[in-house]
Amino acid sequence: MSALTFTLKTALQQRLDLSALTPDQLAGKSRADIAAIQLPYGRKQLRVDEVFDLHGEDTANIVFANSAAKLDYIGSKMKSGTITVNGDTGAYLGFQMGGGELAVHGNVDAYAASGMSGGLIHIFGNAGDFLAAAIPGDRKGMKGGTVIVTGNAGDRVGDQMRRGTLLIEGNVGSYCASRMLAGTIGVLGTVGEYVGYGMRRGTLLLTSKPAMHATLQDCGAHTLPYLSLMFKSFGELPSKFAKIDKNRVQRYAGDVANDGKGEILVLQ
Amino acid sequence: MIINGVHIDDTFAEAFNMRGTRVIITAQNLKWAYNAANAMTGFATSVIGCGVEAGIEKELTPDQTPDGRPGVTILMFAMGSAVLMKQLETRMGQCILTCPTAAAFSGIEGSKEEVTPISLGKNLRFFGDGFQISKQFGGKRYWRVPVMDGEFITEETTGMVRAVGGGNFLVLAESQPQALAACEAAIEAMRKIPNVIMPFPGGVVRSGSKVGSKYKAMFASTNDAFCPTLKGLTKTELSPDIESVMEIVIDGLTDLDIRKATRVGIAAACELGAKNGIKRISAGNYGGKLGQFQFHLRDIMADPTLNDLTAEIQA
Repeated sequence: MSALTFTLKTALQQRLDLSALTPDQLAGKSRADIAAIQLPYGRKQLRVDEVFDLHGEDTANIVFANSAAKLDYIGSKMKSGTITVNGDTGAYLGFQMGGGELAVHGNVDAYAASGMSGGLIHIFGNAGDFLAAAIPGDRKGMKGGTVIVTGNAGDRVGDQMRRGTLLIEGNVGSYCASRMLAGTIGVLGTVGEYVGYGMRRGTLLLTSKPAMHATLQDCGAHTLPYLSLMFKSFGELPSKFAKIDKNRVQRYAGDVANDGKGEILVLQ
Repeated sequence: MIINGVHIDDTFAEAFNMRGTRVIITAQNLKWAYNAANAMTGFATSVIGCGVEAGIEKELTPDQTPDGRPGVTILMFAMGSAVLMKQLETRMGQCILTCPTAAAFSGIEGSKEEVTPISLGKNLRFFGDGFQISKQFGGKRYWRVPVMDGEFITEETTGMVRAVGGGNFLVLAESQPQALAACEAAIEAMRKIPNVIMPFPGGVVRSGSKVGSKYKAMFASTNDAFCPTLKGLTKTELSPDIESVMEIVIDGLTDLDIRKATRVGIAAACELGAKNGIKRISAGNYGGKLGQFQFHLRDIMADPTLNDLTAEIQA
């Protein structure tokens, strides 16, 4: 069976909500059923076949081809299967995702991986602001699973993140790991100002010393065996992080203005 | 049955249901992994006085351990799950938490149905007084507890399984040095078998016991039928040429593991043979009334399928 492929055939004026098109929700549905699904589009609804050309039949493996930045909520609440996106996506990619694998060969907009609790998201392009952060009104961002970003990410990455692993190979904007509750964020590139602002617990792993605000405290240089354990657990992940074998770090604790149990580790 | 001049008695070892667990101990080098593991498995020869029976099972190379450092695995057995959990916790706290560079990880995966997760470092985290940090990798939870040498790393839980304890055999020889030499050879061979430990000092026990005593306070007392100096005084089991008897006790995760270890051990002792003073191999039992398992020595020695050393329960 070939992957069920949705090819975008029109330029969109409004944002289109694709949360209905996940492997779990399409399982067992016929081509005609899927074509008739109504997708929220601004204040209207559009049928799937008004927007997409459909090919293939394997609902466990979905492809969005010719994707564009107006397609929101791709992989929202998905629990199994795979979704592959060729092109850019809109906001809320993998929103509250619980399992499965989601790969984007393009850039994604704000709030990707927000509320995610399991599975793997691999963004081959850049991610927008509020990656793995909580949406307004929620008190927790990402709650589990793994996110890999090959490119860069915007501001407020990991804001109120609660658990899980977020690995960014490029650069990150301001307020990275702000109000972070727990979990692990790794950044191989640079981070902007106010890193770890209001950070409560959790680990931010960096490769160079960032600009630090006053309530981050230097705890000295250390060899931490747990880092070997962590890098070993990354094992086969398709990321540069899986190839790191260093465990010597400068440890900064913070934000002491907010409990101060978080840590920023700078690899040496 | 006679192997290399050694008479194999037509008897059996009687063994019991126990609860067992495995822990992986790693450290900066093998020396410190052994320091930690030796402490943790110290004073753990017999459940009667120690609560648990424990021993070092095998060495692990850095690529076999979770944190990429050298390590050893230990096995620990008790008559009930409550005792095992209590002993594991106190021994972790006094022997692994305290040992420089040592870390502890689960040695039995908790996903299988017959495996019960029990706490390994779950409660030790409170030693961190609020500075402890939890980390989850690959679905497992680890604790980082700040200590004076850096950080103590422990997995939150390990697995407990139904196990078998009390497998044994006796080596009867013409002299004490010869009995000991045969037991040393047996232990060296048996330590290569996975999933088993021989909990007594050096793997060998000289004070085999019988049930009961002339003294009211004693539940068990010396096995006079096998004491060579009492040959003329009691209803002895020993022929005139036997001057020393030693026993090897085996605990294992399954009865098959004990069978394999028994076979290897007896074979190694018999290799020295009658010309080195090894006369008989026997076993200890309670008439078959108390234990759930019986290991018939002749059946084991006649069963070549036991040479397959692939273990069912892996670390």
